[in-house]
Amino acid sequence: MKIRNIIITFVSALALLLSTSVTSFAKVVGDKIILGSAISLTGKYSSNGVHTQNGYNMAVDRINSMGGIKVGGKTYKFEIIYYDDESNPKRAAQLAERLISQDGVEYMLGPYSSGLTKAIAPVTEKYGVPMVEANGASRSLFTKGYKYLFAVLAPANLYLDVAIDLAVEKNGGKPVTVAMAFEQDAFSQDVRLGVLEAIERTGSKKVIDDKLPKELNDMAATLAKVKAVKPDVLVVSGHTKGALTAVRQIAEMKVDVPMLAMTHCDAAKLSKQHGKNSQYALCASQWHKTLTYKDNFFKDGMTYDADFSKEFGYAPPYQAAESSAALLVFKDAFERANSFDKVKVRDALAATDMQTFYGNIKFAKGGQNTDKPMVLFQVMCDGDKCENKVVAPTKWASAELIHPIPSWSKR
Amino acid sequence: MDLLIFKVPILMVQASLDGILLGILFALIAYGMALQWGVMNIINIAQGDLVILGGYITYFMYLSGIHPALGVIVAPAIMYFVGVGLYKLVINKVVDRDLFISILATFGISILFMQLMNFAFGADVVLANSEFGTTMLFNNSVTLPNSKLFSALISIIFAIGLVIYMKKSKLGRAIRATAQNARAAKILGVDTEKVYAATFGINAALCGVAGSLVAITFTIHPYMGLPYTIRSFMIVIIAGLGNLPGVAVSGMGLGVFEEFADYILGTEFRIGSVFLLLVLILVYRRFKLSKKREYLK
Repeated sequence: MKIRNIIITFVSALALLLSTSVTSFAKVVGDKIILGSAISLTGKYSSNGVHTQNGYNMAVDRINSMGGIKVGGKTYKFEIIYYDDESNPKRAAQLAERLISQDGVEYMLGPYSSGLTKAIAPVTEKYGVPMVEANGASRSLFTKGYKYLFAVLAPANLYLDVAIDLAVEKNGGKPVTVAMAFEQDAFSQDVRLGVLEAIERTGSKKVIDDKLPKELNDMAATLAKVKAVKPDVLVVSGHTKGALTAVRQIAEMKVDVPMLAMTHCDAAKLSKQHGKNSQYALCASQWHKTLTYKDNFFKDGMTYDADFSKEFGYAPPYQAAESSAALLVFKDAFERANSFDKVKVRDALAATDMQTFYGNIKFAKGGQNTDKPMVLFQVMCDGDKCENKVVAPTKWASAELIHPIPSWSKR
Repeated sequence: MDLLIFKVPILMVQASLDGILLGILFALIAYGMALQWGVMNIINIAQGDLVILGGYITYFMYLSGIHPALGVIVAPAIMYFVGVGLYKLVINKVVDRDLFISILATFGISILFMQLMNFAFGADVVLANSEFGTTMLFNNSVTLPNSKLFSALISIIFAIGLVIYMKKSKLGRAIRATAQNARAAKILGVDTEKVYAATFGINAALCGVAGSLVAITFTIHPYMGLPYTIRSFMIVIIAGLGNLPGVAVSGMGLGVFEEFADYILGTEFRIGSVFLLLVLILVYRRFKLSKKREYLK
């Protein structure tokens, strides 16, 4: 009996030792570079979590099948360990801890949403693990002095300031009046700050500044105010719920504004859910398939759109495109660092200056990508078929901005 | 502080009408809660999730090409059986237990429903378009979406229908008898078990109606149920149990109060001001009650 106990203890101790020694080499196993990611596969962010995961997977397959990553004269392949963070920041932080200290992951890919990225960033920072993220745009992520956080997307404060500039331009360079309705969460409030800066810069005036509660799905009061004040621009940001509610109630209440600018139109499937009522809405987007950026792996936006649609059965939202771009950035950095040393990889990431199908990528000191402007598209309908067409910046415009929006009585 | 509403007085009409229409819908949900609370002494935390489930029934009808307005007939029919099923599975085990146990049980149901809906229907925010158009008043300066008018009308019809049913039908009388004194009702031959199941079913059916109306007027999402639970809870607290006119008045009153708070204090204080009102009412009630007790001493 005693001997059996001793043997069991010995074997389990050995197993424990083996498992820890294996995981401590887990960052690169054989010819595989292991990346880790906590991602929302269930819970309220699960739709966008899945878009993110599909974007990552698509890029991993593409890079692996096109020759992999060359480091020190040897070829490696990417592999990702995923955990489901249940759309819960606390869980995301725990999983990041687990990926790093138990699974031995030394390079991370970001989760979905600013909130979850905020929860994970202190963990990756503590362990000095480089993280390339594609779905956390909140400005506060880039002002904390994080050294190991890199975001391929433009920060939230740049989402809608373009719209104000556009309105001023259409107004013959004269200042405009702006009505704002933003949800009370980190992301939307960052978008608001960007709009406020643009208002100040152009000498414009804010006439309504409503902060929408998170649980609100009725904007009637705000829109009645808009009707009374008649601003030149109405700016709304409140995730998909905000976009859907705004368009429904603007149509129902026949609110006439010359310009309506929003976020999350494509995540809300605005033109599909609202059809013609969504016409003329201006939407901020990180990416659009018609942009002319190029790279060797996905060629360009149109090809990415076609390949993604073929593989996953739906057109890629920008959340998927930017996630794919994150992998291209990692590959580039590994090859330039020519090493698996975390610090060297981090330094290589910081020095990134490249073009992908998703846009140019160059990181500022805070880790945000400042080399890729946001685009604005406008929902345009031909009969019952509605499409998103890029209208700004003019370099990529595939259609002329329709301004001012025709009044409801004339539609 | 924004004084726009005083500069443009027509906004007061808009705010009042919006508030009343919103309040009537909430009052319907609260009525279901009050009914079941009064009869079974259960506070149903899953109330809002039943509303959202009703909304999804309507949404799927809409997707398959049926006009979503028909959801107000189909959703309650289905939800009645969901309610009875829930009663037989869970609620009957907690019905004569401590209030705390039933809150825990329905809280569990709420979480389960949220996750199941998320699993089955996805996490996208969706809505059903009724294409009802808009009613314009006062030379277009006040607009009332017909979908909101429709939802208020349907809520009133169902509420009145239920009142008549409770007064005239055999089951209605049995429900009222059970609410007054379950033991006495049982002795006199009322099958209280059946009454409880029917009450929970009727509540779920009312939630189904309300859910359809929410899908037509607002948006639905698996995790959006809680605000409806909280709102109906507040209305019941303010109105008191077994006080149907009270539920209607406090529903509309809260709606109007909320709209005016939005205009005057700002949108960010909308929900907060409603909670503040609730606290004030509770403090006032307690104050009144303590006076009575002193008198009894």
